[in-house]
Amino acid sequence: MPIHLEIVTAERMVLSDDVDLISAPTRDGRVGILPRHAPLLTILEPGELDIVKGGQRTPFAVSGGFMEVLPTRVTILADTVERADEIDERRAEEARRLAEERKQLAQNEREMALAEAKLRKEMVRLQVARIRETSRRT
Amino acid sequence: MASSREIKRRIRSVKNVAQITRAMEMVSASKMRRAQRNVLATRPYADRMRDLIGELTSRMVGGSRRGTLLEVRPDTGKVGLIIVTPDRGLCGSLVSNVLRRAGRFILEQRQLGRTVDTFAYGKKGRDFLARTGQNLQAEAIKLGDAPRLEQILGVATEAISRVQGGEYSEIYIIYSEFINTLVQRPAIKKLVPVDAPEESGGSRLDFTYEPSQEAVLQELLPRYVETQIYQAVLESIASEHSARMVAMRNATKSAKDLVRDLTLSFNKARQAAITKEVSEISSGANALAEG
Repeated sequence: MPIHLEIVTAERMVLSDDVDLISAPTRDGRVGILPRHAPLLTILEPGELDIVKGGQRTPFAVSGGFMEVLPTRVTILADTVERADEIDERRAEEARRLAEERKQLAQNEREMALAEAKLRKEMVRLQVARIRETSRRT
Repeated sequence: MASSREIKRRIRSVKNVAQITRAMEMVSASKMRRAQRNVLATRPYADRMRDLIGELTSRMVGGSRRGTLLEVRPDTGKVGLIIVTPDRGLCGSLVSNVLRRAGRFILEQRQLGRTVDTFAYGKKGRDFLARTGQNLQAEAIKLGDAPRLEQILGVATEAISRVQGGEYSEIYIIYSEFINTLVQRPAIKKLVPVDAPEESGGSRLDFTYEPSQEAVLQELLPRYVETQIYQAVLESIASEHSARMVAMRNATKSAKDLVRDLTLSFNKARQAAITKEVSEISSGANALAEG
């Protein structure tokens, strides 16, 4: 029995598919979801979101959001989400560098917090982009 | 009557105008279709979020709303108003309708003894608020035809943080609601306090909340408000393009009518000139024959 997974952002429906396993980065740590999981509503952190379908793993970079788990249905409300192979590594690196610069230039606590959050998201994107690189080589 | 050369020149310039307005109409038509699609694309997210908030609040006892955006706060004498307008004009009465509604709202609030702080999406609204001195706090302009959520967050978080900081008791938004291609209406919505959706009924599942019910709600509510603002911006864009399309269609039609009238005058002037010339020649010939 597969799980029906929907990933939506405010801009569009990103994915609607039946999958076997979901591994998501939540605020309290990584959570693996198999079919017939107990109902759960949780906050997502920036990190790597993995989906396994028919033995095939698809990594995504997610920047935060919410996940609602029902026994046969999972909905992920993501702030932003990108499939690993859609991330341009060079541009991700550039964005990370910019985020770092902005953190250096932060004037007050609020700017600092914003810059730090941005930096975390960019680092995750870069990491996820690199996973794809390595998995392609093997 | 104007000389035929002058009329000819006018015909040419009106024809040029018609060509431009016709092109603008077609551009707006395609942008409008895309904008409508964008509005629809954001619905699943907003609907799902609404359901989750309904789910969460239906299980909460009154006290735990305290300190969230659901809480009806005591009047602080200050409210926030977000105004969404296009960056550009040439879209019929859309901008002035929205601004008139905003002006009325500000006056109403003043009569209640409240001051209104304003936030603007779009250049037209920004200019209006700055010109009339309406405590403009933050602005976002030149968002383009398909803004991303990120682009609207700056102003949104600023407004939300003012509520969380206890400065405002309420936030409203005024934008142009897209009803259909021909009808766009200025609409006003209360964003904060968030109106908790009615309980959906259905099967009640025993959810686990991580880290906790309160924490999830605290995160969910601002996101929900941001999503509503995002939707308002997208609807405003759809309205803008359809209003412009209709305005340009009317302009093209008026230009064509004008060309028809001018052509008639031109032909009359030409005919009059020919008649005059013929009569001059024939009277000249007659004079010669008689002499």
